[in-house]
Amino acid sequence: MSGKAISGAEIIINSLVDLGVEVIFGYPGGAVLPLYDALYDQDKIRHILVRHEQAAVHAAEGYARSTGKVGVVLVTSGPGATNAVTGLTDAMLDSIPVICITGQVPVHLIGSDAFQEADTVGITRHCTKHNYLVRDVDKLSRTMHEAFYVATSGRPGPVVIDVPKDVQIYTSDHVHSGTIKHASYRPEVKGDINAIREAVKLLAGAKKPVFYTGGGVINSGPAAAQLLREMVQLTGAPITSTLMGLGAYPASDKQFLGMLGMHGTYEANNAMHDCDVMICVGARFDDRVTGRLDAFSPNSKKIHIDIDRSSINKTVRVDVPIVGDVAHVLEDMLKLWKATTLENGRQSYDDWWAEIEVWRQRDCLKYTPQDDVIMPQYALERLQELTKDKDVYFTTEVGQHQMWAAQYLKFDQPNRWMTSGGLGTMGYGFPAAVGVQIAHPDALVIDVAGEASIQMNIQEIGTAIQYGLPVKIFILNNEYMGMVRQWQELNHGGRYSQSYSESLPDFVALAKAYGGHGIVVEKPDEVDGAIREMIETDGLVIVDCRVAKLANCFPMVPSGAAHNEMILPEEDEENQEYEGGAALV
Amino acid sequence: MHHTHKEIELAVRHTLSIIVDNEAGVLARVIGLFSGRGYNIEHLTVAPVDLEGNESRITVVTIGTPHVIEQIKAQLDRLVPVHRVGDLTECGPHVERELALIKVHCKGEQQLAALRIAEAFRAKTVDSSLDSYIFEVTGKTDKIKAFIKLMDDVGLVEAVRTGVAALSRGAEAL
Ligand SMILES: Cc1ncc(C[n+]2csc(CCOP(=O)(O)OP(=O)(O)O)c2C)c(N)n1
Ligand SMILES: [Mg+2]
Repeated sequence: MSGKAISGAEIIINSLVDLGVEVIFGYPGGAVLPLYDALYDQDKIRHILVRHEQAAVHAAEGYARSTGKVGVVLVTSGPGATNAVTGLTDAMLDSIPVICITGQVPVHLIGSDAFQEADTVGITRHCTKHNYLVRDVDKLSRTMHEAFYVATSGRPGPVVIDVPKDVQIYTSDHVHSGTIKHASYRPEVKGDINAIREAVKLLAGAKKPVFYTGGGVINSGPAAAQLLREMVQLTGAPITSTLMGLGAYPASDKQFLGMLGMHGTYEANNAMHDCDVMICVGARFDDRVTGRLDAFSPNSKKIHIDIDRSSINKTVRVDVPIVGDVAHVLEDMLKLWKATTLENGRQSYDDWWAEIEVWRQRDCLKYTPQDDVIMPQYALERLQELTKDKDVYFTTEVGQHQMWAAQYLKFDQPNRWMTSGGLGTMGYGFPAAVGVQIAHPDALVIDVAGEASIQMNIQEIGTAIQYGLPVKIFILNNEYMGMVRQWQELNHGGRYSQSYSESLPDFVALAKAYGGHGIVVEKPDEVDGAIREMIETDGLVIVDCRVAKLANCFPMVPSGAAHNEMILPEEDEENQEYEGGAALV
Repeated sequence: MHHTHKEIELAVRHTLSIIVDNEAGVLARVIGLFSGRGYNIEHLTVAPVDLEGNESRITVVTIGTPHVIEQIKAQLDRLVPVHRVGDLTECGPHVERELALIKVHCKGEQQLAALRIAEAFRAKTVDSSLDSYIFEVTGKTDKIKAFIKLMDDVGLVEAVRTGVAALSRGAEAL
């Protein structure tokens, strides 16, 4: 543990190397100059210079979600740290492992309102899993290692390490390596075997079961997704996924009912409403998923697997809680299921599937294609079709385009779909795509964007160009903050207050101005050509895809409605105002 | 928010003991959790309790429905510097005490009344002048409240309370 004394800045760099970090996303400033100096003459860690600190965090999130590794961020004190807050909150709500190192004013100036001083640990206390202010250089190495342990174990999340400038300069010979566990924070990964046994018993007796799976499966790692496939296929039960969980189970499989929730499919939401046993795997009964709580799946027994005990019984009471890591629990569950069904057999789900088939026949994602106007759904269907055989990753911004992407793109593998679920952060998708492309330089990385959202972090085109990242921005340009406009149509009598996207830039010229390539597409029969051109063009491409301006995203469970009270595409003209809907989010 | 649960649950008072690392910001984390998620804090005490000063014990008296109390405990438990969360109300019999200092201003007859009440409550006189006293009283919350109420009639100037400290009965630790 002891050796030659080195500076705090070197300790940080060495710890990152020791912890397997290859890339960090950052932006320099006064309070991190010693760290940037230490980065200068080393080649173990690649620094990606973003154009805004929020984007650094989203890029780290994209990197983390597409690789299963930790995303690392380096920003300066004060404005650097406060700019990172949205990204940290985003990572917090979507449980993404991120380490964010922030510079701080020297220890003796803390609390004096010094230049670029902000109370970073105070500000980020609520939007991080944990945070540290390191006042003593001797504790720096240990803190770095512990922070990685905290960010990655249990339910992952962002961790901030605030390092005063003088601590970066002081030297110390206290150097750790390897994993350092936290003294009090030791999350359980194995589920209680009795609870798992009870769950298997419930499942074996079910006539109408449904698997409801979420981002926890993806966070648990590839083994979890594999075990989920095995479990679902062995049982023969239907499965639906949250926005966060897409790809954990192959969308192309016949047992997959599509996404559930506010913009989920008719069959998924009805199956959730009518099931007799629900197996929730790594999802958290979010309000976008449950709709009206007192009408949520009223007649089912509920099993909930989650690594975070506080997610259990938070909003929905469950019958069999299992606290543990998805992969560990599913492994035990599979063994017990095999033994149980071998002995006693299980119920037939034929009647259940027949019911589901009727819902499926409703074809809830059907839309009416137009000859002269591109329907956003059509654009996404073509994007899916023309990229399905490629090594492709999708990110999104937030709005209607995000929900359409979730509905019309098909993910057969985990870690291929990156979207801001919990926080719903416009401006997430493009920097996240930058992070994904850094991790997968040869892959096709596409940000499905809205014309409003993309403007929130559009400056990152500079980053993409600087590092030669061939990210594709596919804008579904409806000239509206479409999701806002849709809610104004449904809940506020069509009074489109401030939701029109005025003064849009010429996106083609914008791409060119940075050194990228731009394509405009206005007619349905030009869509395929534009997508092909996008794929075949080396380097950054913006596709400005002009779509129908007033299309609504359906199906939709309005806020305050139950799962079986969905608005379907063809019904959208009648009676959409929903009692109480205007007060809900 | 819509109706969260079908059954109507009554709010109950729970005394929680939380063992935490004695480090900067830990109290802010605990209190921030209560304010951020809209939970109640009726009483709060905190101080290091082991000889080395590495661990602190926080006692929180809170009020909430059983469902909310469960959530509070689970949320506390996932804070990184929290070692253990104990629910003394749920764990069975426990002892609760708080200490109060009460300043009264009084003369003549009233002075005698104040001293008589103090004696009945086993309060100590820790300061006195010609026309004032400070009493130190310990006991359960109800007793402290009753004492303050009586002193109010005699000439209460100001009062300070430590909030509840509590331990479970018997030989076991949390
Ligand atoms: C940072 C941020 N600000 C505001 C919102 C609220 N909001 C949600 S969707 C949306 C409109 C998005 O418009 P656009 O990017 O054009 O997507 P569309 O819905 O038209 O597909 C807004 C303003 C948000 N989610 N994030
Ligand atoms: Mg739009």
